[in-house]
Amino acid sequence: MKFVKYGSIILITFVIIAGLAIPLSSSPQGWLQFPVIPALEEKARNIFFHVPVAWTTVVAFLVSLYYGYRYLRTRDIDYDIKSVSSAGLGLLFCVLATITGALWAKFNWGSFWNWDPRETSIFVLLLIYGAYFALRSALDSEEKRAALSAVYSIVAGITVPFFIFVMPRMMAGLHPGAKGDPEGAGPVVQFDMSPNMLLVFLLSLLGFTLLYVWLFTMRVRMAKLEYERSIHHS
Amino acid sequence: MESRNPPMTDVNLTVAGIAKSFNRRAIFRDISFSLEGGDSLAITGRNGSGKSTLVKILCGVLTPSAGTVQYAIAGKDVPIDAAKDQLGLVSPHLQLYDEFSALENLELLSRIRSNNFPIGERASEFLKLVGLWDRRKDMVRTYSSGMKQRLKYAFALLHRPAVLLLDEPTSNLDAEGVEVVKRVVEAQKSTGILVVATNNEMEATWCARELHLADQAPIGTKLR
Amino acid sequence: MSALSSTYALVRKDVQSELRTRYALNALLMFVVTAVATILFALRSDQPTPTVLSGMYWVVIFFTAMSGLSRIFVSEEERGTTMTLQLVASPSVVYFGKLLFNVALTLSLTLAVTLLYTLVFSTSFIIQTPSIFAVTVLLGSLGFASAATIIAAIVAKANTRGTLYPVLSFPVLIVLLMTVMSATTRALDGEEFRAAMGDFQILVGYILAMTGGSYLLFDYVWKD
Repeated sequence: MKFVKYGSIILITFVIIAGLAIPLSSSPQGWLQFPVIPALEEKARNIFFHVPVAWTTVVAFLVSLYYGYRYLRTRDIDYDIKSVSSAGLGLLFCVLATITGALWAKFNWGSFWNWDPRETSIFVLLLIYGAYFALRSALDSEEKRAALSAVYSIVAGITVPFFIFVMPRMMAGLHPGAKGDPEGAGPVVQFDMSPNMLLVFLLSLLGFTLLYVWLFTMRVRMAKLEYERSIHHS
Repeated sequence: MESRNPPMTDVNLTVAGIAKSFNRRAIFRDISFSLEGGDSLAITGRNGSGKSTLVKILCGVLTPSAGTVQYAIAGKDVPIDAAKDQLGLVSPHLQLYDEFSALENLELLSRIRSNNFPIGERASEFLKLVGLWDRRKDMVRTYSSGMKQRLKYAFALLHRPAVLLLDEPTSNLDAEGVEVVKRVVEAQKSTGILVVATNNEMEATWCARELHLADQAPIGTKLR
Repeated sequence: MSALSSTYALVRKDVQSELRTRYALNALLMFVVTAVATILFALRSDQPTPTVLSGMYWVVIFFTAMSGLSRIFVSEEERGTTMTLQLVASPSVVYFGKLLFNVALTLSLTLAVTLLYTLVFSTSFIIQTPSIFAVTVLLGSLGFASAATIIAAIVAKANTRGTLYPVLSFPVLIVLLMTVMSATTRALDGEEFRAAMGDFQILVGYILAMTGGSYLLFDYVWKD
């Protein structure tokens, strides 16, 4: 766990520095210069933050689904605690992804929101998280809360693959990689990255994932402690 | 009451290690017993001790937190969903459809259950038994609580269940209604299993055996 | 097969109940009329484009469905007949019975809205490709009902039922809404049938995935 904690801090700090400080040049020399990507230029730096955060929210959702499923199979409240902890983090990262995405959109395309497929997808994910927590707060019984929110997240999860196919058909894509890309697959953008950019990007991906793992573990531990406390005091 | 003596059904109910907790509070733990045709069990205990909860678990309407409920008909194990066709339940938690008449309720519920006996005949037999024959075409909405209770008996007995579960058997009933219940109870004891959940000492004496649910201290489940 | 006849009996019961009480039908009808009237007043004499029309069509369907489709489970909970149903029908019978009822309700709804629109927007709501429109309405209703039913079952077990239902349904229905709106626009624009094949494939996929998933998960919602 120490590795995860310090690893994530170090990686993210590095990424913030490298991502923001390394200058762009039209013919990059060596490791300390990023290439200029036409039409994106400085705004390409967003890829170090926006994509990993969007990636993390999807991971958090899948983890929450998995633990929800495990709860349904075993009725062990432990799994529900893990499921909701992950969902809470997923919501946080989803908000961050939406904000970083909107900022990028403003600088790139002039307005904060355009209803392009990926923007709409992240918005829908936000709605799913919101609905998940609304449902939980409407249920008093712990067992019902765990079972019904697990079922709901799975039902919502079933529709997610459809977004990937439906959204690009319905709307013109503004995201890099969406034009001329009829599949519009996944949140990872496919444009050419020079090796040093790729390295920073991958480190950022790793850093945010470790951050998620760290926060997740902390939340689960806290939830368990609260649970034990509530039992011994009731 | 019919004068013919129906045979004793070969039915068996085995309950092992049943526990139930709600919101980290244990209602009861480690309940085990075994019943067969002719046996009768009274479940007693204070309000809130879990009598209705245990009855619901026996009917397969509530899942226990631990333990198993196993029914066997004619020697063969039957999963609880299939066993429901052999169960009859009278309970304050069970309601019937008040936009339909008594007769309609029995008919449509019987059809949903896919019973394969002539509904009209059976319905008339039991509506007469519980004294609702004259009001059979009236909407249940117009019934008094005592009449609704009687209709619940008709519904519970319609398919001649091997196992009859009564939760607060005489609630809302007048003296005449109580007499009907006593006759039903005697008939059930000679043909199958009877389970009665009650606070009432008199009703508890209808049964040969008793399970007393004492208060349990609240205990949480251990986390890994 | 007895499961089939059980399901049919359950749908019959719900239909008869609805015809007697008219709770859902009245509310839905009034909602549709009010919604369309509001749109009409908002537009004044402007005639909307096909895209706007198809969008409005499904918006009205969505909100009307949200005000009525949860009844099938909520009414059972409210009246205490959930346990009765649990005793007489297996979870799959309950699921398919309620699903079929909702399909019927949604189809009636689309029929009503279509008629109203043709009357009210007579110059602009002209379905140039009826085949696309018919298939879209059919598939759309099936998709709507399959998502709406499982969420209705979930919401019936919760406390604040009123606003919770649309909040839970909307994210799940977005994909469906977008696709049927696109297909309906095609129908209004007079495109060829095969132009909508992509949309239909998505709809069929959605229906299968949603119905299959709901069926597998229904037990966990229905059984306590």
